[in-house]
Amino acid sequence: MNKFEQELKNNNFVCSRCTRCNKIVWPPSDLCNKCFGDVVWKPVSRKARLIEFSRKNGEYFCMAEFDEGIRVMGTVESASIVHVGQPLTLTRCSYDDTEKFVFSTDEGK
Amino acid sequence: MKVGIASTGLTKFSKDDISIESLMVSSIKPVFENASNLEQKDIDVVLTSTNANDKYLANIVSELSGISPKVAHSVESLCNSGTNCLVSAYAYISSGLAKTALVVGAEKTDSPGLVLEWDKSRGQYKHPIYWSSIFTQAYMRKYGTTMEDLAYVSAKNHRNALDNPNAYFNRTYSVEEIMQSKFLTENIRLLDCSMPCNGAAAILLASEEVISRFTDKPIWITGIGQKATSAGFTKNNDLSSMQSTISSVVDAYDMSKKQPSDIDVAELHDAFSICEMIELEDLGLVDRGKSMSYVKQLYDTSDRKINPRGGLIGSGHPLGATGVAQTIEIFNQLQGDAGKRQINGAKTGMVHNMSAAGTSSTVLILES
Ligand SMILES: [Zn+2]
Repeated sequence: MNKFEQELKNNNFVCSRCTRCNKIVWPPSDLCNKCFGDVVWKPVSRKARLIEFSRKNGEYFCMAEFDEGIRVMGTVESASIVHVGQPLTLTRCSYDDTEKFVFSTDEGK
Repeated sequence: MKVGIASTGLTKFSKDDISIESLMVSSIKPVFENASNLEQKDIDVVLTSTNANDKYLANIVSELSGISPKVAHSVESLCNSGTNCLVSAYAYISSGLAKTALVVGAEKTDSPGLVLEWDKSRGQYKHPIYWSSIFTQAYMRKYGTTMEDLAYVSAKNHRNALDNPNAYFNRTYSVEEIMQSKFLTENIRLLDCSMPCNGAAAILLASEEVISRFTDKPIWITGIGQKATSAGFTKNNDLSSMQSTISSVVDAYDMSKKQPSDIDVAELHDAFSICEMIELEDLGLVDRGKSMSYVKQLYDTSDRKINPRGGLIGSGHPLGATGVAQTIEIFNQLQGDAGKRQINGAKTGMVHNMSAAGTSSTVLILES
């Protein structure tokens, strides 16, 4: 398991950031994909926005975009109907054979 | 230097368990039978297209076919391996490094190319039904598309496949049956999906200089466009469109000096019903938002212009063979040899083949 997967398993979503040009490299890599500079691990904010969603067996899955511009697909846990553009919070992430991202809707905030 | 298609070969698409090299050789056999005066020593290049993990496959298949080519190697690009392979073969010939090239694509049902494990951005939703479901939702949101609109793509392509003896499916499905087939996600039904299967397809390309030795009806590749936007699905910003398709079709039209109105027949990569709708628009064949009415019209008038062999949905989708099989259909159409599937007077055709949620696309334009 690499650092990214290890951190994800510990509920920390980290991504590589270039030490030379500051670019966030997603999916993570050992070198920057803009300038090939070295990268460091940087925590990703837990705030995101809903880009698109659908449902399987009544459970929402979505594409979400974090403040850093990183997009992932994950699960949305929400009691009410979700809509595109609404704010999301990454409530859990993990790694167990595959990456898992779970979001909640920011109702009432 | 013009490069043309001299001869082709196809196997039946099925779930019969046959080894990848046997599938490939089975599709090479008709290439020799369908060409005049073709001998093994005439073949300069052998390229194999597959996602199978077998090593040294182009050499193995060459040996099994009695060919000792100058160049032999494999080309892999998930679902558009086949057209990538054809473009590589084209380049060997147009550069003058070779006069002929045999492209052979094959795949088995259990292909490791079905899911791109690398794409961390897809999280736990790596199976293709999830990206297609997201595309479907975005397209529905923009244009008010219904499940019934989508079902017409599948109904049309299954019906077209009835007249394709090599297709995996050989029955029609009504729009209602498709809409009531198993729910995979909220907006994807089982019959909206292409089916992984076993199959192989082979094409012999030759230079203008030598092609008349093998055929008196060559079909020319006059336009090529390819683009790999990314590997990860989440980099395609507009989810009701495929960036790589738009980019590759511009290059293909430009190289062939053709425009959408010149296209008489086209094979589109309908991995899912939604794909055909999005691609019709990205390729400029239909105005934005008009695919629903266009597909319904094709269905109602039994017009086979789009996916005459039944597309991936009707024919089955043996990944490495798909792009090659699509190109064979356009070759048959332009030769006037497509039988019941024939579009009368077809002179210019298009092949669109893409992979991994549309992150890479190939467009070929063929002319008689
Ligand atoms: Zn950098």
